[in-house]
Formats: sequence, C-alpha cells, structure tokens
Amino acid sequence: MDGEFIKLTLNLLCSTVCCVIGLTVVLAAIGKSLGIRKLYTSVLLSIFEFGKSKIERYEKQRYQREPKDSESHDDSDRSDKETTKNGGDPLIQRDIAIDAYQGIRIPSNRADYDLTNLKKEFHMSDIMYFAKCGVETIIEDEVTKCFTAEELRTWNFLTRTTHGHQYVSVRLTVLWCLGCLLRYLLLPFRLVLLSIGLSWLLISTAVIGLLPDISLRRQLNRYASLICHRILCRACSAVVTYHGRENMVKNGICVANHTSPLDVIILSCDNCYSLVGQRHGGFLGLVMKLLARTADHIYFERSEVKDRFIVAKRLKEHVEDKNKLPILIFPEGTCINNTSVMMFKKGSFEVSDDIYPVAIKYDKRFGDAFWNSSKMGMVQHIFDLLTSWALVAEVWYLPPMHRNENESAVDFANRVKKEIARQGGLVDLSWDGQLKRMKVKDSWKTKTQDDFSKILKVD
Amino acid sequence: MGSRASIQLQEAELNEIQSETGFSHNQIVRLYSRFTSLDKGAIGCLSREDFLRIPELAINPLGDRIVHAFFTESNNETVNFRQFMRVLARFRPTKSNQNKNKLNTREEKLKFAFRMYDLDGDDKISKDELLSVLHMMVGANISEEQLGSIADRTISEADTDGDNQISFEEFVQAMERVDVEQKMSIRFLH
Repeated sequence: MDGEFIKLTLNLLCSTVCCVIGLTVVLAAIGKSLGIRKLYTSVLLSIFEFGKSKIERYEKQRYQREPKDSESHDDSDRSDKETTKNGGDPLIQRDIAIDAYQGIRIPSNRADYDLTNLKKEFHMSDIMYFAKCGVETIIEDEVTKCFTAEELRTWNFLTRTTHGHQYVSVRLTVLWCLGCLLRYLLLPFRLVLLSIGLSWLLISTAVIGLLPDISLRRQLNRYASLICHRILCRACSAVVTYHGRENMVKNGICVANHTSPLDVIILSCDNCYSLVGQRHGGFLGLVMKLLARTADHIYFERSEVKDRFIVAKRLKEHVEDKNKLPILIFPEGTCINNTSVMMFKKGSFEVSDDIYPVAIKYDKRFGDAFWNSSKMGMVQHIFDLLTSWALVAEVWYLPPMHRNENESAVDFANRVKKEIARQGGLVDLSWDGQLKRMKVKDSWKTKTQDDFSKILKVD
Repeated sequence: MGSRASIQLQEAELNEIQSETGFSHNQIVRLYSRFTSLDKGAIGCLSREDFLRIPELAINPLGDRIVHAFFTESNNETVNFRQFMRVLARFRPTKSNQNKNKLNTREEKLKFAFRMYDLDGDDKISKDELLSVLHMMVGANISEEQLGSIADRTISEADTDGDNQISFEEFVQAMERVDVEQKMSIRFLH
C-alpha cells in the first residue's frame, strides 16, 4: 500500500516536471513568455532592497562603535553624489591620468592641473605630476578594473560577490539559505533545458547540413537556430529586452560590445548571424564546430597574422553576397566586465562602410555575466550562470552608421564605439582589451612624453 | 563591499595600520582589496612585475621610479601590505590631520619626490641623475644639448654649497614656493 502511494507520488512528480520542461521548451520555441521570469526578477529586486536596508543598518551600528575619523566622515556624504554613471564606487578622485593614445588627461578638469597651452621652464617639481599620477594609478586604474568582476552596490544574496553579509541578521541568513535552495533546485531543471538545447543544436545542424544550399535550407536553419538559442536562454532564465528592433541588421556587419560568449546566444534569439571569432578549444570549440555545419562562420587563429588577411578577404566576400547571413563581430576581441567599452579593432571597419552597432548591458544584480577567460574555463562560467539568479539584459539595436568620406577606419571604429558606450551607459576607453593577456608596448610611453615636452620652454 | 578582504586582514593589523598611516577603516579595507587583486601570485606581497602589470603605470615615463619607492620602503624584493600602505600614506592630504602621523608631512612628500631623482640612493642628485630622469620624462623630443642646458641651469639654481649636486636640503629650498601639499596629495572620496 505504502509502496504504491510512493510510486504514485513519484509518477505524479515526474510527469509534472516533464510537463513543465515540455511547456518551457514549447514556449521558448515559439518565443512566447508567461511573464513568470519577469515576476521572478521583480520579486528578487525587492528582496535585494530589503537586504540592502538591513546591511546598511548593520554597518551604521558598527560604524558608530568605532572611533570617528573626522576626515572620512566629511567625505562620506560627498561620495554618494560623486559615484560614476556605471554604478562604480571610486575610492579616489583622479586628477591626472595618462593613456597610450591621448597622452596626459585631466579627468577632474581641475584648472590648476591643466597643462594645455602652458609654456614654462623645467622645474624639479614637475616630477610631481608623474608621481601623483602613478600613485593614483596604483590605487585605482580603469584598465585592470575592466578585467575583474564589477563591484556591486547592493548585495545580491550570492556569497561569490560578497562574503559575510549572510550573517548580518537572522532574517538575512534565512533568506540567503532559501535563495541557495531555490537556485540549486533550479539547477537540474536548467541543466535539462541546456542539454535539450544542445541536443537540438546537434540534431538540427546534422539534418539541415545535409540539405543542398537553397532558400529552404536557409529558412529552416533560421528557425532551428532561433529555437535552439531561445531554449538555451531559458536555461539561464534570461529576461532580455530588445530596443529599436527596426534597426536590426539584415545584411552587413553588426558589431557589439563583448562580455561573454553568452552575447551570441542573446543576440541569436532575435536574429541569425554568421560569427567571426577566434577558434577555441574545449566545450566552446565543440559548439562552434556544430554551428559551422549549417552557416558560414569565420573562425581564425589569434596568433596567425597570415590569417588576418584571409579573414578580411572572406569578410568582404561574405558581405557582398546578399544571400548570406549578417556578420556578428565583437571588435574588442576579448570579454570585458560590462562596465566599459575598450578599443575596437579596426579590421571589421575596413571591410564595410556600413556598420550596425548593438549595445548589450547586463543587469549585474542577478548574476555576473562576465567571462573572465584568464581565470576560469567555459564550463565553470556556465555553472556560475546556471546557479545565478537569472540573466537580465538589455539590447539596443542602434541605427546603422556610415563611414564618412575621408574618415579612417580607426576614427570610424572610435565613433561607433562611442555610440555604443553612450547607449549602454558604459565608460568609453581607448585602451586595448588585449592588455588582459599582453604587456604594454614601450612605444605607448611616447605620447605622454610628447605632451610633457610640449609644455617645456627650451632655449 | 570588500568584506572578503577584511576577513583575511586581521583586525589588530588593521588598527595598527590605521594609527600608523591615518587611513580610515574603510579606506584600508578598500586598499587591501586592491592589494590582493594586484597580488597575482596570492602570496601576500607584491613584486615589481605585479606593479607594472597595471598598464597605466607601465606607460608612465617614471613608472619604474615610482615602483622603486615601494621597494626602498621595504628594503626587499617584495612589498607587503603594511609597506604598501606606508608609501601610499605619503599621498594623503596634509590638512585634515595635524598630529596623527608623520607620513604625509610636507617633508615626507618632498622626500618622495627627491628620491625619484636620486637614482643611486646617495642622498644627492648629480647632473647625470637629473639628466637621466629628464630623459625619461621627455623621451626623444628634446635634444641632448638642450637637456644638458636645462640640467645645468637647474643644478646651478638649486646648488648653494657649490658641489654641483643637489642635496635634500637644497631640494627643499628649491621647492619653497611650490604647493607641495596640493601637488603630492590624492583626493580620497571615502
């Protein structure tokens, strides 16, 4: 009798889970939503707010017990106002900065530091500009910040972002435990969705790959790809808002800022693209190979210079063929933590005079979408995503931009980058994202030296 | 924010650093988190490479000299957090704490600048040292003779005892009218 009852319950449970998964897959495939994820994320936000107020009260109490530091107390009010637009919380106000392309800059716009139009004799105190700038950089610099996870202003109940807050009060501890339970209960469900998505990719590309290259195949491929990516998106409970879909690319080159390989999945839920990127190994490499069975993706080795010319040539041919899919390129060439946009490689801007920019901004509160490829592998990154709350992102399709007459590819690239930064609320940097892996070039010093020499009066 | 760092940083050490350098609790925690992120080997101290991995410091024409200041402080091949903080304390604004510590006085700030010129560490700036530093600052933009005349002029203006070198006392005099407190201070927001 008892055994029968357990069997019945198990059966019931199994069929419910199957139904839910089936329903999710079907809804994903036709691109419809019941609004559950939206509700889920808004509930989460109010929980985070509650946690924030608790933690603030706790820190206030702790602060009062400590001896008061008059100086830091004065500054604490001000810091609230001076936070930057990307939600970062700077420790210092930078007065002098240098970079490889712009030379000496004065981020604080302080008149007493303004060196332009200044002409003076050398004085030994001039060394202080460099000293101050250098020590400021040691305390805080914008480049290395881009390659580490972004700091949060509100705790999101994940110990991977901030450890220790779960002990602040009993209610927070309970909430944190419940959150953990929920996220890890969701994990197997998400894994199933992930494997369904991947098997769909495996099967559909195998079947469609057999067809001759006719418009039917392209049509089928489009549907199959949309379905696949939408299922994969549900696997991390993605809530993506697309803006300006009338600007979506049909032919040509689309460029976007890069945070994680996930960018591709998010954009592919809405459109089909040919990818351009470097060859990867491991799991990511496998997926890339599967994708290449049905569409013309352009993969290359990062190290091979010869490849660059071949890639440029293939890109050109691809763009000229109106039957081919639009190309998706991440001109930064590496993943950035979604606070900034770094230098755009000029290559893609040489190929075509029309560029369709796309800005992607993730909501970091629900989980960090940044793939720190030098620190963790793809599988670890996927695991982190699947055990996060959700993936909330906004995508802006910007109006296509045309290269002006006499505009160099570099200038055009910078103009597009600026536009993406503006729309996505990201900081526009001119530094090369490759600094994640490589060292600075000695020649990058010269712009600063030039700038300094210019202010010196020489007889 | 940064609570992970404060767990590893012992409360006792934090208090000592606080009284030694005058940094606030929050600032120390933030800077410790910066220190650990620079410490790629996770060994609790920084090497020269760790510093020069910051791109903006690596392209600073005097980046090497600034990094060197940390190793003069530590007198070792590595820099620990305490020493790191002692050097940074030189750049705290002067006005806000009168008697709290002796690290951010005008004299300490001047000493930092002086040592950037003093390449061989003999407490004197020779013409050769001045020339080398000038070279780092201007690169190939100014000719050798012109740099030579700048160096000669600078030394003759500052040198009062006629040894053709600049001692720290002479350096202090040459800086008499310079707003060192402002030029060598960093504005902390917290």
